[in-house]
Amino acid sequence: MKILTANRLTDGEAVWYAGGAWAETIDSSELAADKAAEERLEAIGAASLAANEVVDVNLIDVDVVDGVIHPLRLRERIRAAGPTNRNDLGKQARPKAA
Amino acid sequence: MYRYDEFDHQFVQARVAQFSDQVERRLAGEITEDQFRPLRLMNGVYLQLHAYMLRIAVPYGTLSSKQLRMLAHIARKYDKGYGHFTTRQNIQFNWPALSDIPAILADLASVEMHAIQTSGNCIRNVTADHFAGAAADEAADPRPYAEILRQWSSVHPEFSYLPRKFKIAVTGAERDRAAIQTHDIGLHLKKNAAGELGFAVYVGGGQGRTPLVAKKIRDFLPEEHLLSYCTAILRVYNLYGRRDNKYKARIKILVHETGVEEFTRQVEAEWAELKDGELTLPEADIKAIDAYFAPPVLPARPEGDEAIKLARLDSRSFSEWLDQNVVTHRNPDYAAVTISLKGIGEVPGDASDSQMDAVADLAEKYAFDELRVSHEQNLILPHVARADLKAIYDRLAEIGLATANSDLISDIIACPGLDYCALANARSIIVAQNISKRFASLERQRDIGELKLKISGCINACGHHHVGHIGILGVEKKGAELYQVTLGGSADEHTSVGEIIGRGFGPDEITDAIETVVETYLAIRLDRSEKFLDAYRRVGPAPFKEALYAGEAKAA
Repeated sequence: MKILTANRLTDGEAVWYAGGAWAETIDSSELAADKAAEERLEAIGAASLAANEVVDVNLIDVDVVDGVIHPLRLRERIRAAGPTNRNDLGKQARPKAA
Repeated sequence: MYRYDEFDHQFVQARVAQFSDQVERRLAGEITEDQFRPLRLMNGVYLQLHAYMLRIAVPYGTLSSKQLRMLAHIARKYDKGYGHFTTRQNIQFNWPALSDIPAILADLASVEMHAIQTSGNCIRNVTADHFAGAAADEAADPRPYAEILRQWSSVHPEFSYLPRKFKIAVTGAERDRAAIQTHDIGLHLKKNAAGELGFAVYVGGGQGRTPLVAKKIRDFLPEEHLLSYCTAILRVYNLYGRRDNKYKARIKILVHETGVEEFTRQVEAEWAELKDGELTLPEADIKAIDAYFAPPVLPARPEGDEAIKLARLDSRSFSEWLDQNVVTHRNPDYAAVTISLKGIGEVPGDASDSQMDAVADLAEKYAFDELRVSHEQNLILPHVARADLKAIYDRLAEIGLATANSDLISDIIACPGLDYCALANARSIIVAQNISKRFASLERQRDIGELKLKISGCINACGHHHVGHIGILGVEKKGAELYQVTLGGSADEHTSVGEIIGRGFGPDEITDAIETVVETYLAIRLDRSEKFLDAYRRVGPAPFKEALYAGEAKAA
């Protein structure tokens, strides 16, 4: 499975494509389970890059375990949470959505 | 310290205005990312995992209190309350918004700072011995020449689009504290028999995926020829350096593939055309720059010895700090102090905004307003009266910066690694923190003695692992982090590249492996005076391999 990720142009915030917009957390990312879905996400990413909303657009590999999205690569897990040495920084430091 | 003249002010202001306009046009969608990327890189703006990163130049590692306070202000106002001092004596902020960067650059310009040429395929921030101007063993202060190189290389039209980045370091002492042999050009400022100043010139050193020690191509270049000779080197590189393969584009590859003799011949031939021309440095100009770096007037403070003797009796921790973090100054009443940014379990090179403010206050009160950033990611007070050392120590202890571990195993160089960096394959910081905690006992560290441990999170080697007495390189293997250990590297006047000792270690194994290496050293050293590096050079890798891997061989 794949999801679409990027960094927001204005502040570099890591974002994931979810439900028609870019979200600041990975949790509700739109999943692509087949080639057609991947191509659709890629097209959305390319359009968003061209519209100067985001930069560094990538499709990344994930697993979904009990409804929770887990990126396969450590790099992407760190992007989704924040630096592992400081849990007071990054998304992990923010209050969880109710 | 160097002070901007009218031209410098205009130059930096013009660049702030230019880049602010470029940011504005990017945010308005008038230029694409492909167009903007090279522009932002030329101004020190990277995109990392979590945010943009801004790298600010600290020319030859020299800062005033006012400048450090401004860095604290930037950390507080635009970032997340801390900054990271780097192995090029610069500082990086990890969380700035692109939209804030014009304001940050304007703030920096107000204290004569900028982020120009901290990235891109140009001549980067020139680094120098962090004890320059204070060291008892130097022939002359190398920083005036670093400043001359800075002025010459800033937006140099011929050298702004080199095949690859280009790094120059200068030292003024026989004992190399600036790692000049790991640089594209390394300059050793010295005096000849007649007492004239000049440079031994080294070319083609570097780390990254192909670590090579620089070759000396000239033993004594009279100082007035500094720019013509560097121009000749860069011209040969610009002409023949490879542009077809990023990994073979550094000058070290050119020197290696051309051969030192032929490369030197090419440089000398080019120099013959340039020598004694307009690039010759007039003596008056050298003197004018020299004057900016005139050492502070150091009043006699002979009471230092007595004060220290009493304070040592009073405080063991002060005494330990004195032994480890304080070095001899050319003036016997004074000393140079290393402020360790390597507290046990802390992030190497990180300082909070309040720590930066407090250190700036100390420099203002006790150190003639001057600070240095070392390439080993510590801060230095280069000129302090020995009589004031106890007061400085007490204040450093209050702000958590009095760790007495300079040159010991917990004085680790580490790159940001995968916790921040978009290029990294593995984490560095947490490896450094775990090793630091394992060796937390200063008594144990002092027993081990001088041991330079350096960690990089990818083969680009920002953490200088190739030249660590113990080096650790993080790689990604089958989706997991793996750490390769190298032994026997060094970055001093006897520079060597470490040798890979064997298979790598997982994140849960690497601290144990380092402890095994250290215990092996302790077992084989002749006595306490034989340092880790000397012992390794004497016995080679065999006992370390045996200790790390013998169990496996038997099990297999």
